[in-house]
Amino acid sequence: MKRGLLIWAPLLAFAVVFGFAARELWKPSDRTIASGMVGKPLPQMALKPLLLDRPGFTTAELATGKPRLLNVFASWCIPCIAEAPQLMKLKAAGVEIDAVAVRDKPEAVEAFLSRYGDPYARIGDDPRSAAQLALGSSGVPETFVIDGKGRIVKQHIGDIREEDVPEILAALAEAAR
Amino acid sequence: MIAEAGLAALWLAAGLALVQLALGWGAARSGSAELLAATRRVSVAQGVLAMLSFGVLILLFLQSDMSVQLVAQNSHSEKPWLYKFAGAWGNHEGSMLLWVTVLAMAGGGVALVERRIDGKTLAATLGAQAAIAIGFYAFILIASNPFLRLNPPAPEGMGLNPLLQDPGLAFHPPTLYFGYVGLSVAFSFAVGALLTREVGPAFARAMRPWVLIAWVFLTIGITAGSYWAYYELGWGGWWFWDPVENASLMPWLAATALLHSVTVLATRDGLRAWTLMLAVVAFSMSMIGTFLVRSGILVSVHAFAVDPTRGSFILALLGIYIGGALALFGARVSTVTQGSTFQLVSREGALVLNNLLLSVILGIVFIGTLYPLLAQAMGQQLSIGAPFFNKASVPVALVLVVATMAGPLLKWRRDRWGALGRQMALPGVVSVLAFAALAALSGSSDWVALIGLALAAGLAVASVLPLWKRNLRRTPLHIWGMVIAHVGIAVSIAGMASDAAFKQERLVALRTGEATTVGPFQVKLADVRPAIGPNYSAMQAHLDVTRSGGAPFVLFPGQHYFSSPVTTTSEAAIKTMADGQLYTVLGEGTGDGRWQVRLWWKPWITLIWFGGALIALGGLMAMIGRLRRERRPAAGAEDGE
Repeated sequence: MKRGLLIWAPLLAFAVVFGFAARELWKPSDRTIASGMVGKPLPQMALKPLLLDRPGFTTAELATGKPRLLNVFASWCIPCIAEAPQLMKLKAAGVEIDAVAVRDKPEAVEAFLSRYGDPYARIGDDPRSAAQLALGSSGVPETFVIDGKGRIVKQHIGDIREEDVPEILAALAEAAR
Repeated sequence: MIAEAGLAALWLAAGLALVQLALGWGAARSGSAELLAATRRVSVAQGVLAMLSFGVLILLFLQSDMSVQLVAQNSHSEKPWLYKFAGAWGNHEGSMLLWVTVLAMAGGGVALVERRIDGKTLAATLGAQAAIAIGFYAFILIASNPFLRLNPPAPEGMGLNPLLQDPGLAFHPPTLYFGYVGLSVAFSFAVGALLTREVGPAFARAMRPWVLIAWVFLTIGITAGSYWAYYELGWGGWWFWDPVENASLMPWLAATALLHSVTVLATRDGLRAWTLMLAVVAFSMSMIGTFLVRSGILVSVHAFAVDPTRGSFILALLGIYIGGALALFGARVSTVTQGSTFQLVSREGALVLNNLLLSVILGIVFIGTLYPLLAQAMGQQLSIGAPFFNKASVPVALVLVVATMAGPLLKWRRDRWGALGRQMALPGVVSVLAFAALAALSGSSDWVALIGLALAAGLAVASVLPLWKRNLRRTPLHIWGMVIAHVGIAVSIAGMASDAAFKQERLVALRTGEATTVGPFQVKLADVRPAIGPNYSAMQAHLDVTRSGGAPFVLFPGQHYFSSPVTTTSEAAIKTMADGQLYTVLGEGTGDGRWQVRLWWKPWITLIWFGGALIALGGLMAMIGRLRRERRPAAGAEDGE
């Protein structure tokens, strides 16, 4: 009996591998890379202001009790233009939005904001993507929902579309509770 | 017209494979000598047609026929001819055609030369070989046709990935494929034997040369691939536990176990079921390797054909062949009568230990390679890297080294602990002394690496002991082969351990004229200037190097910029010395006039590949020795060597 089971073990092992491989192969491919930081406090960072008219982005200032958005963007990023109207809408809804500007220049960001709207309360300068990497963000734009204690509760990868706005507002409301 | 001729040859070969399967089936059932003779002829014809088809593809690449889609996508008229030639298999379709060509050639080879095993088993074997080929022909003809025309023809080709434009790499894939696909013969033999239940020494002796030659090719392929990755990628490492590297290592581990167990079967008629199992597993690992590369389900630098449709096709083939063979094994193996038995302390016992340890390492590599897939299915993203593989497999490998020392010193069937102790005394003392000396003098605290070095010294001694008191001129060639292969393992392990324990690394940003040191070397960045190659432009550093007390020399590491396709590669400059290599890489400029320069001093690292070459040489000698011995009409029974 024992030998009998052992003989079939390789086939069984192969069947398991086959099953997993088939499942992996046939499920729709998901090429987004989720951040490992979701659910954890924001990593400590103190980014210098990129523009003279507003502060940079410092983790220490976040424990205000009020949830907010952190938008990872760049003036050279086309999808960032696409999501600008949605960010303006969120701002109009009373959401405080901070930004990390990745590998960018003040003049370029000023031009970008005057052209597509300016939703940001703070803009931190991230000249070498160090802050972006610390956030676990793999591209621009990405938007993080931060709760009142400075914890990352949600990551939105890619531009925020019209239909994503309610979801983000819901996440902010959830974080406020 | 040429491309169409190639396609026609491929269709004909596929048709002949069907005929071969039917004839083989009939011959295996009836035992008819005429049917077997016909099966043989069809096998040879199928091999010739497949070669013809592949030859046509090579011709199309050499002519830069841009009306063929595959050529237009992977070649360029300005490329050196060697890379046009190698471009034929440097892509998905071509490499699959090469795969099936080797498969058909191996089948044809078996049909031509195999006279030793009984007709029914041979017919079943050729039928099985045809069955495998049919699947891969279908895959190529339906999902990966290399002869597709492009209308209108492209004005110019898109070029070959510059990383692949390297003379060493031109012959790396074919070598590995000869190894992978050579194992298909062992697989087919096992399937044939399971169908006819004829498992015994004659069967093992027929299978052994095929296992050995496939194993030699795999060894060469892995060794060369490792060296290629080492000098071409510019990362300074020689093994990255990349899924595709693992995909070549797994069949090698299984084949290594197989060639030892097949010797037990040939000499002592033991380990029947186990040998059949290993023969199935070895080629299954080859096919799983192909699947991993072709489907793109595991992210890898090698995955150049990420295509789920093709992945599904290959997965289905895998299910049919591996699942079928394992099911056949399960159903039939209990009817294969048990072979002879043996004592624990005996040559067989050591070989069983060798097999078990190799299987454990194979299991570790298999789980480590596929676990990310499993985790992904459970919603987790993770990758498994060198720390896991090294921690899990190195201790087992070190125990395996000890078993390798003991095995050849033991008698077949039964030996005594006392005798084993006496035999192992000298290698044991050498290992202990080597370890004591290294621990005291080397200053390295990498204990595992030091143990590796010490055991390598012991293994080198133990490996040549079988020659002790023998008439060297009358010692059979296959004994020499074993000795050399085992010494090769010792040499290779010494190189790996030495790299782990003693390598020194330095990463600095230098202005021209500044100098730094690494190990015993003083390295000065004399200049960085642009350079021009046949199909690239480059920035090249001029390093002046002096070794304390040695003559100065220069090295020119660089960055190459290719235009078709647009790629940057870093070209390491390596100075090989008797006692190691100085490895230099030029990184990016920092913008303020400084250049990143990365330097490694790697003592004795060349031993890794030198050892690999010795292992392959030993395997080749063993194969030739076995073939010569079995040619002799009187050599009916083995003499227990």
